[in-house]
Amino acid sequence: MKRLRPARPGFACCLAILAAGCSFIEPVAPWEKGTLAKPEMGFDAARFDARYDEHIYTSREAAPAASGVGGGGCGCN
Amino acid sequence: MHRIALLLLLVCASALGVEPGAPAADFALPDEKGRVVTLADQRGKILYLDFWASWCVPCRQSFPWLNDMQARYASRGLQIVGVGLDEKRQDADRFLASYPARFTIAFDATGATPRAYGVKGMPSSYLIGRDGRVIFRHIGFRPSDKAELERRIARALERGAR
Repeated sequence: MKRLRPARPGFACCLAILAAGCSFIEPVAPWEKGTLAKPEMGFDAARFDARYDEHIYTSREAAPAASGVGGGGCGCN
Repeated sequence: MHRIALLLLLVCASALGVEPGAPAADFALPDEKGRVVTLADQRGKILYLDFWASWCVPCRQSFPWLNDMQARYASRGLQIVGVGLDEKRQDADRFLASYPARFTIAFDATGATPRAYGVKGMPSSYLIGRDGRVIFRHIGFRPSDKAELERRIARALERGAR
């Protein structure tokens, strides 16, 4: 019978950390979300940029009024 | 084995925070002038404990209402304590300059108090009865919540007066 190698503590430790993943990291508490609440952390931090992006998107996607922009349906947006 | 189960239960209970009917967690926090505000100081009063932060938008809306509640119900035994949870004191001070509070303000930059109370959202408020037990808790603040909150505060004051 093949002899098992003696357990290596370092390897076991690494395995345990890998298996644990990020589970030991505590989630951000509600009162710690000050930085996340900053306007620049939003999806559309810059209002005009967002408006411009939306315009490009709707015209490239050939979807007039897709984002609530009024259009006559002529495709000339 | 029983001891481990009990420990687990305790850990779970602390994670759940303060539920209505449970005794409110004690705190000792500095106010604007450095004096210590404690839960024990508020005994005999109906305490409205409000957790706020400078970056929290609904908190801005709640402050004028809290001022109004304090002014109207102070004579009947209501004490509002607003606990500021900003990490930087300057942020809290700036907020208070824009939205002045006419009720007791305390500061907890460590987050120990909201952790003990199991705060799940900002703002969170707890109404604590004269016996030191939590009557209800409320998460968030919308202008439409005002009427219901006031009704519950008034009812607690009425019940506590008897």
